[in-house]
Amino acid sequence: MSATDAERTRTIRTDYLARVEGEGALHVRIRGRDVLEARLEIFEPPRFFEAFLRGRSFEEVTDITARICGICPVAYQMSSARAIEDAFGVEVDGPVRDLRRLIYCGEWIESHTLHVFMLHAPDFLGYESAIAMAQDHPQVVELGLALKKAGNELIALVGGREVHPVNVRVGGFHRAPTKRELAPLREKLARARDAAREAVAWTGKLPFPDFERDVELVSLSEPGEYPIDRGRVVSSRGLDIAPREFSEAVEEEHVEHSNALYARIRGRGSYLAGPLARYNLNFERLSAPAQEAARAAGLGPECRNPFQSIVVRAVEVLYAFDEAVRLIDAYEPPDPPAFPLEPRAGTGHGWTEAPRGMLYHSYSLDEAGRILQAKIVPPTSQNQKSIEEDLFGLVSGMIDAPEDELQLRCEQAIRNYDPCISCATHFLQLNVERE
Amino acid sequence: MGEAKPKLAVWKFASCDGCQLSLLDCEDELLPLAGEIEIAYFLEARRATVEGPYDLSLVEGSITTPHDAERIRQVRESSRRLVTIGACATAGGIQALRNFADVDEFVSAVYATPAYISTLETSTPISAHVPVDFELQGCPINKRQLLEVISAYLHERRPQIPGHSVCVECKRRGNVCVMVAHGTPCMGPVTHAGCGAICPSYNRGCYGCFGPMESPDTESLSRWWKRLGVSDEQLVRAFRGFHAWAEPFRSESEAHERD
Repeated sequence: MSATDAERTRTIRTDYLARVEGEGALHVRIRGRDVLEARLEIFEPPRFFEAFLRGRSFEEVTDITARICGICPVAYQMSSARAIEDAFGVEVDGPVRDLRRLIYCGEWIESHTLHVFMLHAPDFLGYESAIAMAQDHPQVVELGLALKKAGNELIALVGGREVHPVNVRVGGFHRAPTKRELAPLREKLARARDAAREAVAWTGKLPFPDFERDVELVSLSEPGEYPIDRGRVVSSRGLDIAPREFSEAVEEEHVEHSNALYARIRGRGSYLAGPLARYNLNFERLSAPAQEAARAAGLGPECRNPFQSIVVRAVEVLYAFDEAVRLIDAYEPPDPPAFPLEPRAGTGHGWTEAPRGMLYHSYSLDEAGRILQAKIVPPTSQNQKSIEEDLFGLVSGMIDAPEDELQLRCEQAIRNYDPCISCATHFLQLNVERE
Repeated sequence: MGEAKPKLAVWKFASCDGCQLSLLDCEDELLPLAGEIEIAYFLEARRATVEGPYDLSLVEGSITTPHDAERIRQVRESSRRLVTIGACATAGGIQALRNFADVDEFVSAVYATPAYISTLETSTPISAHVPVDFELQGCPINKRQLLEVISAYLHERRPQIPGHSVCVECKRRGNVCVMVAHGTPCMGPVTHAGCGAICPSYNRGCYGCFGPMESPDTESLSRWWKRLGVSDEQLVRAFRGFHAWAEPFRSESEAHERD
């Protein structure tokens, strides 16, 4: 290599990264053989939810926060409901809580299968989209769409519709579905489990680059169950906190290149939330069929390759079908469908596992139950730093690769996180700049 | 080679992605649709893009930045037909609540370093910037209605989207009126149909997420609500939701703010 090559700085750009939810850019600068900087720029325009929630009644919050994300509205509804219930001193339990877990299973299925088949899989097989992939692999895309449809039907039945369900409220639901309404759905979900098992096996055979990074993994944890709707937050490095301790443990920073706020664990740094973290920290809490399918697809209880998150998502889809069937079998319609609430002044905290990772909400309310202050920390802003570190490591390890290969691999690495940019504010556009 | 397939583009501005997701939620129709038309620009679903002009552009989201105000003009120029999908593109969305407040204060409430944020003082619908051929209401839109709109424009006809109220859908569904029978305040009488009257079917009042119907009598509805014990403050909030900036809802909320 000549001296000029060693000093030459280069840029690779993708102005708008596709197949992610939202708008953003990635900026990588390389000098010679050194990566100088790998930056994820979130330029989705801010919508100021935390500002306009102030003054609204607690009863309106779940309808409003749903609109943060069309792909994971249930996660927003659940985290905000949990936080407000915490402020009012209410723990929603029993059949109402089971019903929450049930609709949440639908969202995991719908969101994960969208990501696995429509957004992520084309990267592994060299297609620009699932529509193009369907030309050569129609049965795979149809399998994905059928699973997604089953997830959407579950959300629509319990929630009223797939996007922005209307039935969720603080305290529980407006109406509990009857056993009769759930019965035909149960049969569909039970049948879909075979297809979900097939999906795990299929993702296991995709080609994965050899890439691992030692990052702190963070997820909810609740004894006896795979974490979805409640628990403490734990990590692979000993974090173990209750929701009210979140702001002490995690700090947020506002940086110039992003309309999202960066989260990091105080005194330590970046961390990873989402399917990979849940899986590593809770493998033994998956249903037996999900564990079996994971092993058959070549995954052990530990998986540190972010590219294999596509397999983990498929495993979680299978788990969500198992769990939904279990919940329907044990279902007794709660009467009343919501816990009674007495508004009182105070602050509450809540979190749940959105498909793409832990989602934290906190609200301060006045004595009439009006919001005084709101704080929302979505999974993508928690993962933003970890995504950048993945990109840094990845590009460093393939510095001689041609630009277009590098670019595709970087995009794929970002999609490993299933980033939701309208949640994080919205992001994605990829520039790799070589100097 | 046969005739070139019509070109469809899907654009995103400030939004939650839920309306464009509705297209991907057409699980049974998506692949057949992709056979009939060329999905030429749809970043959420595909990496490859085909240059315009486009026969039909679906636009999601509202205009909230100087950059987007410019971008929507380019979209209009490259589109033969332009249809807005959802409350954000049609009415400014929930983020239009900033239009009633001081946006600088909003920025400082959310971000530690407000100087980094570039935003307009208002969130406005697409029609405030460029001519629009059709507006499909809903937060989110109904996917059956979306398919009807796509199909209509591809066949050069007007979409069959009824402009009546949610009440009509409730009657068709055989629901008991939640307002008459249970005294539950309901926005149904002034709200555009399209959702299938789901809220009353789930024992709650409509909260107006499909926006104003054609010629809504909001004043009369407010009188009814007051008889049920609803305060002016609550009325302001009810009309100031996902379609807060749509004229009939905006003026009704302002009337109760003055009271």
